Amino acid sequence: MGASGTPARSLGLVETQRVVLFTEDNPLVLDSGETLAPVEVAYETYGERSASDNNVVVICHALTGDANAAGHHGDPAHPGWWDTLIGPGKPVDTDRLFVVSSNLLGGCQGTTGPSSINPATGTPYGLQFPLFTVSDLVKVQRALLAHLGITHILAAVGGSLGGMQVLQWALDYPDEVDHGIVVCATSRLSAQNIAFSAVARAAIMNDLDFADGDYYATGKGPDHGLSVARMMAHITYLSEESMRQKFGRRIQDREEPRFDLGVDFQVESYLQHQGKVFLDRFDANSYLYLTRVMDYFDLFADAELVRSQLAKVKTKFLVLSFDSDWRFDTSHSRGIVRTLTAHRVPVTFREISSPHGHDSFLLDVPEYHKTVSAYLDHALAETV
Amino acid sequence: MRADLDVIASLVPVGSRVLDLGCGDGSLLGELIRRGADGLGVEISDEGVLACLQRGVPVLQDDIDKGLDDLEDDSFDIVIMSLTLQAVHHPALVLREMNRVGRKSIISFPNFAHWRLRAQLAASGRMPVSPLLPYTWYETPNIRLCSIKDFEALAHAEGFTVEERILINEGGAREGAVTQRAANLLAAGAVYLLSR
Repeated sequence: MGASGTPARSLGLVETQRVVLFTEDNPLVLDSGETLAPVEVAYETYGERSASDNNVVVICHALTGDANAAGHHGDPAHPGWWDTLIGPGKPVDTDRLFVVSSNLLGGCQGTTGPSSINPATGTPYGLQFPLFTVSDLVKVQRALLAHLGITHILAAVGGSLGGMQVLQWALDYPDEVDHGIVVCATSRLSAQNIAFSAVARAAIMNDLDFADGDYYATGKGPDHGLSVARMMAHITYLSEESMRQKFGRRIQDREEPRFDLGVDFQVESYLQHQGKVFLDRFDANSYLYLTRVMDYFDLFADAELVRSQLAKVKTKFLVLSFDSDWRFDTSHSRGIVRTLTAHRVPVTFREISSPHGHDSFLLDVPEYHKTVSAYLDHALAETV
Repeated sequence: MRADLDVIASLVPVGSRVLDLGCGDGSLLGELIRRGADGLGVEISDEGVLACLQRGVPVLQDDIDKGLDDLEDDSFDIVIMSLTLQAVHHPALVLREMNRVGRKSIISFPNFAHWRLRAQLAASGRMPVSPLLPYTWYETPNIRLCSIKDFEALAHAEGFTVEERILINEGGAREGAVTQRAANLLAAGAVYLLSR
């Protein structure tokens, strides 16, 4: 049951749209000063805009997400990555909200990234693609909204890297976002977080088929490295408890172990499968760039700047963490709460109990969904 | 709103930055915010936090017995704790934290030395039950019961100065009939405005 009291349903069939937001004449100016054009963005929208445009919700995706947050592209068994949260009668209730979800800059699911054609060479950018920041991700999302004629948003919502964008939205555009919902995110990665990124990148870049990032024309790619990166990352998304419950020490497809060096345990088989299916949907260079964006993100690094930025912020926040998440554990969320509260930015914070680790934000955790429902319910009621 | 909350609200200047420890469903904070305060609550229960969300009252779900590590020194004008002191495990720690994060504190609690409770205990030999302390001994969340004299001794030891003391009756409303001198015997509870 969603916030509106109607039974939760699926959005059904949805479609990704594309638009070129920056051109040679009007390039995207990155934080670094470099320019990028053209920049095309893949996006989806759900629900109806209210007459006064006061019901706009922006969804910011995590490391490997895409524009298809909810609904499906033809197979109802494979809905978007946040279909648990977004839809008619769901916490982000598309019966009442107008939802905009886009693929990130640097991604590989329809928005311009390292696998796009570099107009200067006629071949994919590869590692010629410029480095960018979370601010740049937000800049592109904001340009998409401008294209849609939207200048003010009721709420920005995101988990993990998505939550980092929500925070950046508020700091960069302090009077354009009424509410920010930041789920299992961080204001900066810890040494351990960066270490995981480093190993993932090493797996990709040390793959013999990486070819310095110019693998697109070779017919091969750093598949081995990318799948290892994904396998490792996947471990950090689950909790020890959820792995124990899901796999234990069970053997794949038989009772007795094979006693060999191949894939024997169920958990091995699962990770191998996760690594393999990832290859079909993700580009290794995008993985390098987007993990790097996260490593360098340090939102509250400059105390003086933060003071002046947060003094202007009109956004109210809901910050949520999960007690079994060790990728960005609750101390990361508490750090965000501490800084926002110290600067008098209104924050509501909950640590939600869930056994599913970092992945909890994608799952139907009832207390989590109740919280988002109640928060957005009040946010929407305030506007009328 | 509960009667003692009315008394507390009357002590909060308009426009204050207020922290409410054990804010429950956020009814006091909601009212203070409506009157122009800038408010934040801390609440441990799921039901309380959800009720705050429904009112749009900012709240941190947390256990005040573990201190207020996420809050900076001097970051609030007033820290409120209403009828909660008797339910915390570490009252001295909580008072110290209130003194650290807020310039002033408002604390209300039931007075365990109230004559009616003394009489109940003396006459029946059993743990007293009253409108402000409505639970039986085996299910009560109120584990740190104190008298007005006890509280003042601790507040003094923690470096607080009493700016104002308002006595309350069993309904939580302002107690007009009782003299301040006989407070420990005759008042069912008290609301204190404390400064450093």
